[in-house]
Amino acid sequence: MSVIYVLITVSLALALVFFFIFIKSVKSGQFDDTYTPSVRMLFDDEVKNKSPKKSITKTKLNS
Amino acid sequence: MKLSDICTKSLLVNKHTCFHCGIEHNESETIISQQKHFCCNGCKTVFEILNENDLTCYYDLENAPGKIPEEIKGKYDYLANPQIVEKLLEFEDEKTAIITLHIPYIHCSSCIWILENLQRLNSDISSSQVNFPKKTIRIIYSNKENALKNIVELLSSIGYEPYISLENVDNNNLKKKDNSLIYKIAVAGFAFGNSMFISFPEYFEVDEFWLNQYKSLFRWMLFFFSLPVVFYAANNYFSSAIKGLKKGILNIDVPISLGIAVLFIRSTVEIIFDFGQGYFDSLSGLVFFLLLGKFFQQSTYNYLSFERDYKSYFPIAVTKITNLKEESIQIQDLEKGDRLLIRNQELIPIDSILINGNAMIDYSFVTGEVTPVHKKSGDKIFAGGKQLDGILEIEAIKTMSQSYLTQLWSNDVFAKNKEDNFKSITDSISKNFTIAVLFIATISGGYWFFIDTAIAINVITAVLIIACPCAIALSAPFTLGNMLRIFGRHKFYLKNATVIENMAKINSLIFDKTGTLTSTLTQQITYEESELFKSEKQDITSILKNSNHPLSRMLYDYLKTDITSTVSNFNEILGKGIEGTINDNHYKIGSKKFVIGKTQNDDDTAVYISINSEFKGRFSFQNQYRKGISGMFNKLTRYFKLTVLSGDNDGEKQNLEKLLPKNIELIFNQKPENKLSFIDSKQQNSNEKIMMFGDGLNDAGALAQSNVGVAVSENINVFSPACDAIIDASVFTKIPQFLKLAKQSINVIKWSFGLSFIYNIIGLYFAVTGQLSPIIAAILMPLSSISIVLFVTLMTNFISRKLKN
Repeated sequence: MSVIYVLITVSLALALVFFFIFIKSVKSGQFDDTYTPSVRMLFDDEVKNKSPKKSITKTKLNS
Repeated sequence: MKLSDICTKSLLVNKHTCFHCGIEHNESETIISQQKHFCCNGCKTVFEILNENDLTCYYDLENAPGKIPEEIKGKYDYLANPQIVEKLLEFEDEKTAIITLHIPYIHCSSCIWILENLQRLNSDISSSQVNFPKKTIRIIYSNKENALKNIVELLSSIGYEPYISLENVDNNNLKKKDNSLIYKIAVAGFAFGNSMFISFPEYFEVDEFWLNQYKSLFRWMLFFFSLPVVFYAANNYFSSAIKGLKKGILNIDVPISLGIAVLFIRSTVEIIFDFGQGYFDSLSGLVFFLLLGKFFQQSTYNYLSFERDYKSYFPIAVTKITNLKEESIQIQDLEKGDRLLIRNQELIPIDSILINGNAMIDYSFVTGEVTPVHKKSGDKIFAGGKQLDGILEIEAIKTMSQSYLTQLWSNDVFAKNKEDNFKSITDSISKNFTIAVLFIATISGGYWFFIDTAIAINVITAVLIIACPCAIALSAPFTLGNMLRIFGRHKFYLKNATVIENMAKINSLIFDKTGTLTSTLTQQITYEESELFKSEKQDITSILKNSNHPLSRMLYDYLKTDITSTVSNFNEILGKGIEGTINDNHYKIGSKKFVIGKTQNDDDTAVYISINSEFKGRFSFQNQYRKGISGMFNKLTRYFKLTVLSGDNDGEKQNLEKLLPKNIELIFNQKPENKLSFIDSKQQNSNEKIMMFGDGLNDAGALAQSNVGVAVSENINVFSPACDAIIDASVFTKIPQFLKLAKQSINVIKWSFGLSFIYNIIGLYFAVTGQLSPIIAAILMPLSSISIVLFVTLMTNFISRKLKN
């Protein structure tokens, strides 16, 4: 079998994988809200920074 | 650091900025908690709630992000009723429930943060997620008794009161978003990309041995790529063309579907009989670009709704009194004779008679009139009014569907879809275009028929392929879609692109008065008669502070002096006025009858003041006209017929005549149905294309009947009636510019039509001479589409550059 069949199958399979990933992400609502996640990802840091500080002060007080 | 700066700054000027909501207030009013200043107890309470739960990060993200929480006692009691709750929920089983609530106040990153950390305030909540563009929050919580009521009350207590209305119950299941266009674009784009890739080699190396060996494999792959494009992605064009033909209309989808069908059939025939490689890549590209145009034209304002009716104003449930017991009952289940309890700030859901209580009804939803009306026991109260002063007991005299307000909605105009009767600029050109294309195809086919039959068929199909009006079909969506976005950036929000085409045809403008020409936010308060001393002003303010009457509150905000003294003998006489004694001075504040004793009626709204039975003066309240109205009317009157259509009495007639140019028709005392029929008769008799500007529900009929109905809104998050467009009050005076731009966009479309005709003529030259090779089609079709899109985008941005300042 010629190599061209392998190449075409591989390239087509790859394209189809991307195609189905896109359809699936639309279905799951990934594109319904394109703004909030961009804000949300910034919060994680702040909450993490805050809570360790709190725990440190608390332990200090206890000891 | 920032916050301490603010604190020191405010200390210097003896004014404080509320740490929670940012309202500036005086030293005497401030409430201090943990070295932070608050304007009221409400704000302080929110801070304390958040502080106790380690949620003060809320204040770090944005400065003063909060809102004064509203008094909601008892308002959400109906959420204890499982039958009502069930209708609101998105999902429910024994353990968990999911609800999506609309919270109009969501406005900044602090809002998102606090609302997504709700589980730290209420352990029933397992998670919550904000959709910022839609201003909604989706809460997953454990389904216990009263859980939803607690959640809603929690939200309200921290200033994020959700908006729950009758509409939530009715439309809960219909809100699924239609993604089919996106899927179709994905399919067409996928096929387009892959078929370009596969058809490319054959464009250049026709007779190479290696290529010849795999030619048929490539061609059949192209064929299979095009199948989903023709039968799935393009199916709307076929169905629309057939629909149009059945009605006898040659719409733009007719030549498009003809082009697609011919492309597909000819290409298939070519590869079956090995004539050539076909035009499959052009076919997928064509459909892909057309669908992109459709996508671009789609409206994009998630958080605005243009379809609201009275249902979005009405609460879901009211409190019914049976045998001295209160219970929540759904509005649909109300019957004649039911006794209802209406709390402060609640809407009267049904036409009824007042039994008990101090009724101060704001009918601005229904009539547009902002000054509240006082009603006595036994008076009739119409649905749609909002109670402003304390608790009422009323008895329903009709069912909800028979109420005056709801009957307005049974008018046919609300069932009509304006777009159905609308002939777009593209459709009007497509008729001649289609006929011309068919004509050229026949003539050139006929000519070649006598020379070579094979070439004749070749030529006819080539003409139909190349004339497929892709560029024409793209002109309008991209021009109007881009204009829609530009308008939106300038706070003029259109329902869809068709509205721009309608705006370009307008020759008559009608304005509502109250709330449209006047601003509901600012009332002009003027004081007349003998002057008041500073101490007297302070005394009056102190007395006013005790009253909840809307006029008292407006006057209190207007005077804004420090409160010095304590009031003794304070007395509020319902519907008349208030009195009180300060430092042996007896103040009477209220209606003319109450203060002076005369019974003559005044037309305007005023508060009279007397000290120790001696008349001092009066504060009169007037609606303030928006700034720049006069200039705007002078500009408009040159091009349009202008009318002012008001639901009020003609008390303002002289003021308006002074303010506006001479030739404007002023019509007063118009009930909602009068407004509707006025517009209808103008459209029928003098063939006017009317653009109506209004604000309240009272204009809803007129907005629906007019060619373009525009709702004027002080705050676009607050609900406006069903309309074609919403304009932010701050840009109201830009209307002449918007109208001019609408006209210019139509010109842009016409120019781009001209450009696409040039492409068509070039293409037709190749087609009628029988030289249309797949490679020419593959170059010419995308080139024309892309250059048209570029042209209209640049032009629309160019013509709208003046709006920016």
